[in-house]
Amino acid sequence: MDEEYDVIILGTGLTECMLSGILAVEGKKVLHMDRNDFYGGESASVNLAQLYERFRNGAKPPAQFGRERDYYIDLIPKFLMTGEGLVKVLVYTNVMRYLTFGSIATSMVYNGGKIYKVPSTPTEALMSSLVGILQKNKARSFFSYLQEWRENDAATHQGLDLNRNTMSEVYAHFGLNEDTQEFIGHAMALHLDDKYKTQPARATCDRIIMYANSAARAMEDKRNSPYIYPHYGLGDLPQAFARLSAVYAGTFMLDTPVDEIISDQGVFVGVRSGEQTARAKQVIGDPSYFPDRVRKTGRVIRALCILRQPIPKADAQSAQIILPQRQTGREHDIYVTCLSKAQEVCPDGVYLASISTIAETNNAPESEIGAALKLVGDIVEKFVWVSDVFEPTGDGTKDNVFISRSYDATSHFETVYDDVKDMYRRITGNELVLKNRNEN
Amino acid sequence: MSQQNSSGNRDGSAGAANTGPPHSAPAKPIQIKVVLLGDAAVGKSSLVLRFVNDEFQENKEPTIGAAFLTQKVRLDDTVLKLDLWDTAGQERFHSLAPMYYRNAQAAVVVYDITRAQSLDRAKSWIKELQRQAKPNIVIALVGNKLDLVADQENEEAEDADADADADADADADTDAEHTTATEGKERQVQTSTARAYAEESGLLFLETSAKTGEGVVETFTEIAKKLDLNQIASNNQAARPGQLNSGSANVNFLSEGSQSEQRNTDGCAC
Ligand SMILES: Nc1nc2c(ncn2[C@@H]2O[C@H](COP(=O)(O)OP(=O)(O)OP(=O)(O)O)[C@@H](O)[C@H]2O)c(=O)[nH]1
Ligand SMILES: [Mg+2]
Repeated sequence: MDEEYDVIILGTGLTECMLSGILAVEGKKVLHMDRNDFYGGESASVNLAQLYERFRNGAKPPAQFGRERDYYIDLIPKFLMTGEGLVKVLVYTNVMRYLTFGSIATSMVYNGGKIYKVPSTPTEALMSSLVGILQKNKARSFFSYLQEWRENDAATHQGLDLNRNTMSEVYAHFGLNEDTQEFIGHAMALHLDDKYKTQPARATCDRIIMYANSAARAMEDKRNSPYIYPHYGLGDLPQAFARLSAVYAGTFMLDTPVDEIISDQGVFVGVRSGEQTARAKQVIGDPSYFPDRVRKTGRVIRALCILRQPIPKADAQSAQIILPQRQTGREHDIYVTCLSKAQEVCPDGVYLASISTIAETNNAPESEIGAALKLVGDIVEKFVWVSDVFEPTGDGTKDNVFISRSYDATSHFETVYDDVKDMYRRITGNELVLKNRNEN
Repeated sequence: MSQQNSSGNRDGSAGAANTGPPHSAPAKPIQIKVVLLGDAAVGKSSLVLRFVNDEFQENKEPTIGAAFLTQKVRLDDTVLKLDLWDTAGQERFHSLAPMYYRNAQAAVVVYDITRAQSLDRAKSWIKELQRQAKPNIVIALVGNKLDLVADQENEEAEDADADADADADADADTDAEHTTATEGKERQVQTSTARAYAEESGLLFLETSAKTGEGVVETFTEIAKKLDLNQIASNNQAARPGQLNSGSANVNFLSEGSQSEQRNTDGCAC
C-alpha cells in the first residue's frame, strides 16, 4: 500500500463501495481499506455466530437454530424497489449480474390495531378499505393528476406549483383527508414522519410516482409487492460493488487497521496503517473512521426477532409492515420486515423479523416498539439495540475528506443513493451521470 | 474489445467434453458458475485464457480487468455454458468477497507445483468452500506449471527432499513471481502428496500447464462430468443472477449484449 493513489476509501459499507466502483470505472486509482476482516461494515449481513458475538458477549447460539452459517442477518434492514436509484445504478454498472433478487411476498400497513395489504397500484388503492368511500373519487383525481403532470406543460399543473406548494396544500387542493394522507405519505411515499407535509410537494410526488411505477412493474411480473430483496442478504450489495471496483483495478485490503489520517495544513494527504503509508489526493470514508469530523443527529432503534412461524395475519414467507406514527401515537413510523429461507437468509422453519424506528425518548428501547413486538407474534429470541446516526461536519471541499452519512431508519435506499450522488458531486465536481457500461 | 468466446467457432472444440454427433435442436445451455481460487501468481488467469482463447502470455500481469469469461462445453447432448469467474485481484491481500464463491457450482483451486506454500493456500480455500459454498459444489484441485519441471523429471527421479524447503519460500513476494524468469524451478509438491489429499477430501485432482495446455481442457471436462446437471438445471430455472426471481416469473434486469467483463479504460499505472 506504500503508494500514491487518486483516492483512498475507508470502510466497505454500501455508500463507500458504490463510490469505489463508480470512481474505479472512471479510471481513478482506488485503494479501499477496511479495519474489519469482512465486507460491509454496518451494512454487512452477519451470521448467527457473529450476531451472538455482538449482542450476547460471544455466547454460542443454541443448536435449535441450525447452522450458524446459514444465516445472513442484516444489521440495517431495508428493501429495494425496482424503480429506485440504487437499482438503476446496479443495472447501469452491470453489477446486477452478481446478484439474485427475489420479490417480497406482501406489503402491509397497520391501521386501527389490524394489518391490511397495501394496495400496490393507485387502482387497487381505490378499491381498498383503507381509502374511505367518500375519498375514492378525490384520490382518483389526485393519482390521475400525477399521471398526467408534465414539468413543462402548465396546462397539466391545475394551478399548483409542485416545486413551491407544500404537500399539505396539494392534499387540500384534492380534498384528501387524514386517513388518505397517511396511506399516501407513509405507505406509498414511505415518509417516516409528517415533516414532509410542510415541505415542497415535488419530492413526495416523485416518490409516489416511483412507488407506482415499481408497483406496476410488479403487477406485470405477477409479484405481490413492489419490494425486492437480494438472496443472501443486503450484505451482498457492497460486495458486488467492491467486485466492480476490483475489476477496474481497485485494490482491496481488509483487516487493515487505520492508525492515522494524515493532513498537511488541514488538507488530507494520506493514511497510515502500521508502518505503511498510502498517499492520495482525497479520502472517502464512513463516520466511524472520522470521529472528530462528525456529529450525532439521532438514534435508531433496531430489533431482530427469531420466529418459528410467519408473522400472524401476514402469513407469508416475507413481508413488510408499516406502522404509521399516528397509529401508535408516535412521531415516527415503525417498520417491520420479515424474511425467511425463500431469501436464503436462514434455514427452513426460521423467520427473521426486524423492527426499526427512530428513537424518540430515553426510555428502554423496547417500550418504543411495543406495538411492533406484539404484532410479530411468538418470539423465540430477541436482540434489541440502538445505533447513533452521524453526519459529517464538513463537506470535504476544503480538506479533501469526504464522509458519508450513517444509514437512517428508512426502509429503502433512496437516502443512501442521495448521499452517493451528493458525495460524488463534491468529490469530482461533476454530476453523477449513469452511463451504460455495456455499449461494447 | 472483448475476449468473449463467440458462441460459434469454438463451441465443441477446445471445450468439447465429448465429441459426439452434433444435435439438431440444441436445448438452452445450462449455465454453470465456475470460480477460480488460489494464491497470487499460481496461474489462475493463465488457465482461463488457455481454456477460452487457447493462448498463453509469458509474463502475465497480476489480474485486473478481464475477470469474467465464458466458454461453452458440450457433454453428450447437453451444452454447458461455463461462466468462469476470476478473482479480479481481490485475492492479492486476502480480501476476496464471499459473494464471489458462495453460489458457485464448481471451483478450480489452483496451486503452483514449484511453490509448496501455494498448496497451503489452496487447502485453506478448500476448507472455506466446504464451509461456505453450496454443499454439492464440485471442487478441482489443480497443480499448475507442470512444464517447469517436465524436463527434470524426464531425466532424474523426483526430488524427495523438495518439500523440506517449502517454508523458506513462504514469505516470498508473490508479485515477484509475475516477473521473474520461470526456468529451472524445482518441484516442491509431489503429485502423490497432492493426489492423496484430494482423494481424502473428495476433490478432483489434475496437474496442468497453462503454458503447454496440458491438462487444461481435461480439468473443465472432468468438472462438467461430475456436476449434477439435473439439479442445476432445475435450480437455474428458479433463480438466476441478474434476474428477479418470483417463483413464477423471472425479470431480466440486464441489458442484452455484454457477456464478458472487461476493463476498457486505457492505461492505469498499477
Ligand atoms: N511456465 C509456466 N508459467 C505459467 C503457467 N501459468 C502461469 N504462468 C505464469 O505465471 C505468472 C502468473 O500467472 P497468472 O495467470 O497471472 O496467475 P494468477 O493466479 O492469475 O495471478 P493473480 O491474478 O495475481 O492472482 C505469469 O507470469 C504466467 O505467465 C504455466 O503453466 N507454466
Ligand atoms: Mg489472475
